[in-house]
Amino acid sequence: MNVIETSGLGKRYGGTWALRECTLAIPAGHVAALVGPNGAGKTTLLNLAVGLAAPTAGIVTVLGGKPAGSSAALDGIAFVAQDTPLYKNLSAADMVHLTRNLNRHFDQHYAETRMGELGIPLKRKAGRLSGGQQAQLALTVALARRPRLLVLDEPVAMLDPIARHDFMASVLTAAADDGMSVVLSSHVLAELERVADYLILLSRGRVQVAGDVDDLLTSHRMLTGPAAEAGRYAERPVVHARRAEAQAHLLVRATPDDPVPPGWEAHPVSLEELTLAYLREPGAAALPGPARGRDAQPSEVTK
Amino acid sequence: MTALTMPARSEHDADLRPLPWRRMAWVTWRQHRIALAGVVALLGALAVWLWIAGLQLHHAYAAATACHPASSPACGDLVTSFNAMGGILANGFILQALPALIGVFAGAPVLARELETGTFRYAWTQGFGRWRWTLAKLVPLAVVVAAAAGAISVLLSWYYQPYLAPGNQALSLNEWSPLAAGLFALRGIAFAAWTLAAFAIGALAGILIRRVVPAMAATLTAYTGLAFAAGLYLRQHYLTPLVARNLFNPPGTAFIASQWWTKGGNFAFAGRPPINLMMQFCPPSAVGAVGPGKPSEGTLWQCFAQHGYTLWTSYQPASRFWPFQWIEGGWLLALSVLLIAAAVWLVRRRAA
Repeated sequence: MNVIETSGLGKRYGGTWALRECTLAIPAGHVAALVGPNGAGKTTLLNLAVGLAAPTAGIVTVLGGKPAGSSAALDGIAFVAQDTPLYKNLSAADMVHLTRNLNRHFDQHYAETRMGELGIPLKRKAGRLSGGQQAQLALTVALARRPRLLVLDEPVAMLDPIARHDFMASVLTAAADDGMSVVLSSHVLAELERVADYLILLSRGRVQVAGDVDDLLTSHRMLTGPAAEAGRYAERPVVHARRAEAQAHLLVRATPDDPVPPGWEAHPVSLEELTLAYLREPGAAALPGPARGRDAQPSEVTK
Repeated sequence: MTALTMPARSEHDADLRPLPWRRMAWVTWRQHRIALAGVVALLGALAVWLWIAGLQLHHAYAAATACHPASSPACGDLVTSFNAMGGILANGFILQALPALIGVFAGAPVLARELETGTFRYAWTQGFGRWRWTLAKLVPLAVVVAAAAGAISVLLSWYYQPYLAPGNQALSLNEWSPLAAGLFALRGIAFAAWTLAAFAIGALAGILIRRVVPAMAATLTAYTGLAFAAGLYLRQHYLTPLVARNLFNPPGTAFIASQWWTKGGNFAFAGRPPINLMMQFCPPSAVGAVGPGKPSEGTLWQCFAQHGYTLWTSYQPASRFWPFQWIEGGWLLALSVLLIAAAVWLVRRRAA
């Protein structure tokens, strides 16, 4: 089952396409990270998936083919929006009660126990909680709905490092315990390595990279060799080249079994390096995953 | 981080009957109780004021009408003192602001605040569904503010009763038409209907403008425009006005739409006679000193009639009060339903 599947999806605001020709499929059972520079269309894609926005072009379905925004879709998806909007004048307990009233499924016991563990005072107004507590409150009411898909839009952007760590730990625990799928957008790259096992890289409103993190890491290598030879090095598709004085670092699409040219060294790449390389080369694309569509030929790479 | 585990959710629970409406009742109450308390406090304070001022007004009216003989200076003083009463309530115009206030402070923020603060991203992604959420907020709030306004208009009707008694004119007491612009919308069902319409305008402005303060300003502007248009232009055409010939002293309870003069079958002039004609045919010396009030005006009119002019008066009689109430209440209700439906439709299809 794909938790989010899009085909030729596009969204235009006024004369500007925030997202266009987006075809992807995010399989269930993953913590999928949606990465991209500001304005790449991350929030737009998530808004379309949760039914807050209607597509200008194309189709988006969720939870195995349900139309985004339909009541079956709303029922199975919990969404925590950017800056975790809460009713600031309601108490934490009221936010819990409110969410319970608005949903078919709600685990009151889970919500209350979790608030107790987090030390969030139930009587305090949501607006007077700390930023970290507000984020945790928004996450708690979302998790207590027992969603099959949790969608988080820049959940940790406003949080300090400790709150950020605690928040992501809560998400991962819930995902592991419940088999819940997670799709989150972030531009905190350092966080991704620890959290995500599926990566979607958006650039200028289009999907640039989509795939399982392990697959992506094993299919890319960092080659280091003499800078003089870097220009001639064209046996492997190069994603991104970085030259120091004497040495060149080339991030290429290659498996560990591929031969390394003489005078060059091959290293595994980290998710952060890989992501940065693609972010710096918006023209490069790698879509080896289950994404379908005309851009999705395996191992297609352009430079 | 947490030892809590979540029970796996069963897959056969895809029972997708809509959530019951009553679940939203608590939500609406919890989120809007402060606005509702504000409405109740505002109307409550007004009610106390009306009650106290109304008792004094009724007392003064009773004293003035019971006074004998009517021509005595003492009775004249009582009449003068009744006519001077009322203060800012005297013509009813100030109270037209009440539906506007309710529309501005209770109607406009309902959707605009959600959009301005971003909480719509929470509310519209819950299982209840966003158009049902909108309907479940707007309809109960609209009914409550309209009912509160309806209650206060009973008190308003009582307050203004003395001005509406036929025969006041004969005693030189102020007498108004129940169709008068300031008064009509305060009594009967019109006040509740105007409040409902103001709330609906506010709700729609909220979803269209998406910011609280501009939505409030737009609500005030739209309501004021509509109220003036209805009072000044629309209302007098609800039913075809009656036209009377040489009605020199129209009853104070009639609403005069327009007056004009003919001479020899041709249109002469509208409204008051031009000063040159007045000096030519009926100078003050001929009709007696022109003082304030209608009787001397009537004398002037009669003087013109004697010179071959015919006065035509187009008016709405006081007996049309209730038909006019139903007409005005009807179109305001239809407008409100339309505006609320438009707001719900916009929420349903709005691209965030």
